[in-house]
Amino acid sequence: MIKSSGDLETMRQPIHLLPSPSPVRFVDPEGRPAPLEEHGDYEAPPLALAKQAYRQMVLGRRFDEEATALTRQGRLAVYPSSRGQEACQVGGVLALRPEDWLFPTYRDTMAVITRGVDAVQALGLLRGDWHCGYDPMTTRVAPQCTPLATHAPHAAGLAYGARRRGKDTVAMVFIGDGGTSEGDFHEALNFAAVFAAPVVFVVQNNRYAISVPLARQSAAPALAYKGVGYGVRSEQVDGNDAIAVLAVLADAVAHARSGHGPVLVEAHTYRIEAHTNADDAGRYRDASEVDAWLRRDPVARLEAYLRGADSLTDAEIDDARREAEDFAVRTRERMAAEPVCEPSELFEHVFASPTRQLHTERDRLLGERG
Amino acid sequence: MAVSMVQALNAAMRDAMAADESVLVFGEDVGALGGVFRVTDGLTRDFGEDRCFDTPLAESGIVGFALGMAMEGFRPVVEMQFDAFAYPAFEQIASHVAKMRNRTRGSVTVPMVIRIPYGGGIGGVEHHSDSSESHYTHIPGLKVVTPATVADAYSLLREAIDDPDPVVFMEPKKLYWSKAEVTLPVRTERFGQAALRRQGTDLTLLAYGPTVPVALEAAEAAGEAGLDVEVLDLRSLVPLDDETIAASVRRTGRCVVVAEATSYAGAAAEIAARVQQECFYSLDAPVLRVTGAGIPYPPPILEDHYLPGVDRILDAIAQLEWDEPVRL
Repeated sequence: MIKSSGDLETMRQPIHLLPSPSPVRFVDPEGRPAPLEEHGDYEAPPLALAKQAYRQMVLGRRFDEEATALTRQGRLAVYPSSRGQEACQVGGVLALRPEDWLFPTYRDTMAVITRGVDAVQALGLLRGDWHCGYDPMTTRVAPQCTPLATHAPHAAGLAYGARRRGKDTVAMVFIGDGGTSEGDFHEALNFAAVFAAPVVFVVQNNRYAISVPLARQSAAPALAYKGVGYGVRSEQVDGNDAIAVLAVLADAVAHARSGHGPVLVEAHTYRIEAHTNADDAGRYRDASEVDAWLRRDPVARLEAYLRGADSLTDAEIDDARREAEDFAVRTRERMAAEPVCEPSELFEHVFASPTRQLHTERDRLLGERG
Repeated sequence: MAVSMVQALNAAMRDAMAADESVLVFGEDVGALGGVFRVTDGLTRDFGEDRCFDTPLAESGIVGFALGMAMEGFRPVVEMQFDAFAYPAFEQIASHVAKMRNRTRGSVTVPMVIRIPYGGGIGGVEHHSDSSESHYTHIPGLKVVTPATVADAYSLLREAIDDPDPVVFMEPKKLYWSKAEVTLPVRTERFGQAALRRQGTDLTLLAYGPTVPVALEAAEAAGEAGLDVEVLDLRSLVPLDDETIAASVRRTGRCVVVAEATSYAGAAAEIAARVQQECFYSLDAPVLRVTGAGIPYPPPILEDHYLPGVDRILDAIAQLEWDEPVRL
């Protein structure tokens, strides 16, 4: 908003690139309005959007619980939970228009369903029936990326390509704190800046890369500062404050869309669960640390804030929870069906037309199956 | 008119860019300079900076950026400056470019060409002479082609740019300045078809890229000693023309595969394995390979000791279990 006026050269002056000295915040951990000086010149999102975020976050959390449960039933091969990161998962997606693109990681299934992708299709990767269970071109959600930050250059290229075609598409790419150590993160920031590509890089700093804590990942004052050296406007936000996330990302997306180039936003948050159901977080962090972050829970915080502002009724809360429960039950029921996997399809999408060698191997497989 | 391989490659990009606005060329030094080998000479001048442009010096970024542009409907042709300088892009190529069609069930396709000048023989210092083709042939989802003639340089590159799948286009540096009387545009055999460069009845030499002229020279020399040598130019390592290869070896009964790359687990090993499997009962001798040694590519003053030359090929031919000893 205020930072987004002026031409591209002006936007590249250090003063316009530097993040706020502390994370932007609208709501304190208890759900009370934060002091105005913590808003960092941003405008609060419209109430309707905040309420929509609340419903989606309640649903997202319930979905996340259900997915973790599905690993115990053997219905999912693995599930990397995003519990505790609901404000980022939902806030990011709600900042996008339908024609925009989302580039998620494996930990962003909640964001993928928030974007409207069918839950069972969204879980395809983790169920293991296909690498990407949804159609990226129709959903405008790129495949969930399991290598770290390698999808960031794709977002930069797509955003630049769309701009070249005269569209005002924005690409938003999710990255974790660990991913900011990867070369592709840096190359993507650099390409996006040089080509003024409308990309919003959202770093969900959940403080752990599997077991490795943030301090071993980076000595930067904040990960947000990593954008400045590339000429990328940068910001940091309390990632457990949905109001702040909505405010900052709406501004970031508008900045990118208006042709001012990319934005890097670091959202400070926390991974409440272990890396995945197969991980043992007790080996590398104390329960007291988790407890401290549970008290900053993003869903409870938004709920308290909206209630305190007389903007959320008990009936609305019940309704949101019922909707979430229905969604979880439907997901569970649909996931109970055995996935239909046709092995011969494995050979169909290697090339547009299979090579002679692939035909031979396919026939052998079909022969084995009788 | 005598045309060099560099000129043919340039013309291929030029004609593809004129035919289709979605074709873009980018990479390091490809703009004003026209590439360190001048393969992109004049493309920025003639098509504008939107169509042919320099990028930051970051190969992974170049390939990843190109993939994103392909998702928006562009057909990027990216240049890696040298074989060994493409390695930073390896993860993008292996994990994304090659797999995107498969992982999305055909929804996201990557019609991209990755041009890589490769191989030795030009006196390059360290990291400028690798034969890296086998790194790419080993990745399902990539087509890997390499021209040995000026006409093929044009035709294969046009086909690569038109192809709906990613193509790793390996350009033999040593042949960049080779010339032929060719009228462009020219179209030759399609991907997946080997080309008969010399007909013969006694044995088959299989070569690709920079070793094709060497194999032809060896065939001439063997001819003087009374052997009638057939030479196939494979052109396309993926897809590989098993049929033409097998038909030739079944006819001649003997086969030597010639490649610059290190032999162990290389493309030549795969080709030799296929030949013995397909032609076992027609073979009169083991399938041999003449390749680079299992050592890092040598410094320029020593590279002739590494590169498969005519003498080494003739030595291999002499070992092919002839009824009468052959002196070559």
